[in-house]
Amino acid sequence: MSIVIDRKRCTGCGKCVLVCPGGLMKQEKDGTAVMKYPKDCWGCASCIKECKFGAIALYLGTELGGRGGKMTVSEKGSFLIWRVKKTDGTIEEIAVDKRESNQY
Amino acid sequence: MQIDITKVLNTDILIIGGGAAGCYAALTIRERSGYSVIIAEKANIKRSGCLAAGVNALNAYIVEGNTPQDYVEYAKKDADGIVREDLLFTMSERLNQVAERLEELGLVFLKDEGGRYVARGSRNIKINGENIKPLLADAVKKLEAVTVLNRVNITDYIVENNEIIGAIGFSIEDSSAYEIRAKKVLCATGGAAGLYRPNNPGFSRHKMWYPPFNTGAGYAMGMKCGAEMTTFEMRFIALRCKDTIAPTGTLAQGVGAKQVNEKGEVYETKYGLTTSERVYGTVMENLEGRGPCYLKTEGISKKEEESLKKAYLNMAPSQTLKWMESGKGASEQNVEIEGTEPYIVGGHTASGYWVDTNRQTTIHGLYAAGDVAGGCPQKYVTGAMAEAEIAAEHMIEALKRNDTHNTQFDKKADRSGKQDTASDRMRDQVKEYNRFLGNTETIYSIEELEEAMQKVMDCYAGGITSHYKYNERQLGIAREKIKQLMLLSDNVAAGDMHELMFVYELKERLLVCLAVIAHLEGRKETRWHSFAENTDYPQKSQEWMKYVNSRYENGTLKIFYRDLVGKEGQYEHCN
Repeated sequence: MSIVIDRKRCTGCGKCVLVCPGGLMKQEKDGTAVMKYPKDCWGCASCIKECKFGAIALYLGTELGGRGGKMTVSEKGSFLIWRVKKTDGTIEEIAVDKRESNQY
Repeated sequence: MQIDITKVLNTDILIIGGGAAGCYAALTIRERSGYSVIIAEKANIKRSGCLAAGVNALNAYIVEGNTPQDYVEYAKKDADGIVREDLLFTMSERLNQVAERLEELGLVFLKDEGGRYVARGSRNIKINGENIKPLLADAVKKLEAVTVLNRVNITDYIVENNEIIGAIGFSIEDSSAYEIRAKKVLCATGGAAGLYRPNNPGFSRHKMWYPPFNTGAGYAMGMKCGAEMTTFEMRFIALRCKDTIAPTGTLAQGVGAKQVNEKGEVYETKYGLTTSERVYGTVMENLEGRGPCYLKTEGISKKEEESLKKAYLNMAPSQTLKWMESGKGASEQNVEIEGTEPYIVGGHTASGYWVDTNRQTTIHGLYAAGDVAGGCPQKYVTGAMAEAEIAAEHMIEALKRNDTHNTQFDKKADRSGKQDTASDRMRDQVKEYNRFLGNTETIYSIEELEEAMQKVMDCYAGGITSHYKYNERQLGIAREKIKQLMLLSDNVAAGDMHELMFVYELKERLLVCLAVIAHLEGRKETRWHSFAENTDYPQKSQEWMKYVNSRYENGTLKIFYRDLVGKEGQYEHCN
C-alpha cells in the first residue's frame, strides 16, 4: 500500500507530512514532500485528503491486486470528490456528501 | 546523532496517546475541571490512532427497546463468559451520551423522521465517520490549558513506590528528550499490531486491520513497571475482505451478505455466529478444501453497490479503489474474505491492563482507556470514549481529594530550587537513547528483527500459517526464540530519531509477544476457536471460567488466575 507524489503539483506546504499517522513522510530541502517509508504506509488516505493540489495519489500494491489506478480526492462545497485515474487514461469519480450518513 | 536537550514539563494530567480515547478524555477533563492537561502523541492527533481513515458506523449503542444490560449480555456471550461485567456495565450506561456528544461535535448521523438515530441491527447506528478524528482533534485544539505534543514518543513511565509520577520520551522532530511530570496519567496508546506475520507480504505488509503504528507501547510500559495485565490469550483475528483487509461488517449487516464457500453453500450457520466462530468457520472451510470463501454480494442492486462504494470511501478507500479499478462492483462479484493475523486489543477482545471499575490500573494514579484497557470487549469507538470519560472523572475526583501518596518530585524541586531539572531516571534513559543513536557496530537491522519476531509468532504461537493453532511445545520454542530476539534488540542501531522510535516499537512488540505466549500457555483449554486454539486442550471446560492475569517481574512473566468479577458493586484492587 502506498502513495505516489506528483512533484510538479506539490507546492511544499507540508500538510501531508504533518498529518500522516505514521509520520512516514518528509519534506526535501526544496519543500517537496516525499514518502520516506513506503512499506510502512497503512493506506488510510489521510495525506490525499489533506493535499489541496491533487499532488498525492493512493494506489494498490501489486500484492493486493493493484492495476495501476491512482486515487485522489478533492473537496467541492460539502462534497468529497473521489477520482480514480486508470492506466488506460479513463477517469471515474464518486462524490460523497459529507452531510449525508452512510446507508450501511 | 545524539540527544543533548532534555525538556522538563509539569502538568496535572498527562494523557499518553491522542486517539479517540485520549482526545475524549481531554475534552471531559476540561469540561469538568480546571486541571491542566498534556497530550503526548507520537503522530499528530488530527488523524492518529484507529480512526485515521474514518469509521462507518458506531458499533456500540443501546438502540431503543434495549438496555445497557443487554449489551453486557451480548459481549459476555461473544467472549464466552470471560469479561468484566462491572466494566461492561459502566461502559454500556454511557454509550448513548457519548454518541450524542459526538453529534454536538459535528458528526453526521442518519436519522429517521422523528429525529432518532437509525439503527443497523440492534447495537449499531449509522453515521458518516470519515471526519470523526479531525472533529475530535479540532475540539481538543480549542481547549484551554491543554498542550498537545505531536510527534513525541513516550517510552517509559516514571513510577516510585508503585505510584506514577510522570513519563519519559523523545521528540521525533527536534531530537530532544522529554520528562513530563504529572499527578495523574491516562494511558490511551491503543493495542498491538505487527506481532505476527501479516496477511500481505513485502511492499504491502502494512495493509492490515489495525494501525501498524499501534505497537503495544502502553502494554509494554506497564509491564516494565509491574502493572497487572489480563486476558492477552484472547487474541483478536478479524474477518476481512481479502487483500485490502477492509471491514466485512458493512457487507454482512448492511446488505445482508452471507458467508459462502466456493460451492456457494452458506457455511456460517454450521460453525456459529460469534466473532471467533465466523473466523474459525472460514479457516475450516479452506482446510477442508472448500475455499476460497466469500461474502455473497452477487445479485445486490446497483443502488446498493453504489452505496457500498461510498460507505467504504468513508472508512477503507482501498476497497472502493479495488472495485473501481477492476471494473466490477459488489453486485457482479462476491467479495473474497480471509482471517487476519492475530492482534492484541482491548476494544474488540479483552486484552489489556487489569483495571478497577474506575479504570485505574494496579499502579496508583495510572489509568487506562480504550484498546489498552482489558476486561471490556466490544467497546469499539463509543465504548473507548466512555471509558476515557470514566477515567477522567475519577482522575478529577482524586486530584480534588489531593490523593497522591508521592510528592517525590516536589521535594526534589524544593531542594534544588528548580522544577525544570531532569531527574536521575531521565538522565539514565537519555543515555539509553543515545546508545542506540550512537551505535555503529551492528549486524542486524530493526526491520530484520521485526520480521524474525513475526515469523516466530506465526509458526509457533498460532499465526496464519498454523491456522491459528498451537501447542505447549511450540509455545516453549516461541518463548526461547523471542527471548533471543530481545537480547539482539539491545544492540540495534538508530540513524535518526524516527529510527529510534522504531527501536522502541520493536522492543515493545517483543515484550508483548512474551506476554501473549505466557497467557496462551496459561489457559489450558480452547474456549474461543482461532482466537486461542490450544491443540493440547481442544475442549473448553467450566474450571477455566476465570481470568488469566500476569505480572512481569525481574524479567519473568508470572501467570496467576482471578475469579470472575460480576457487575455488582465497585471492583477495587486489593492485592
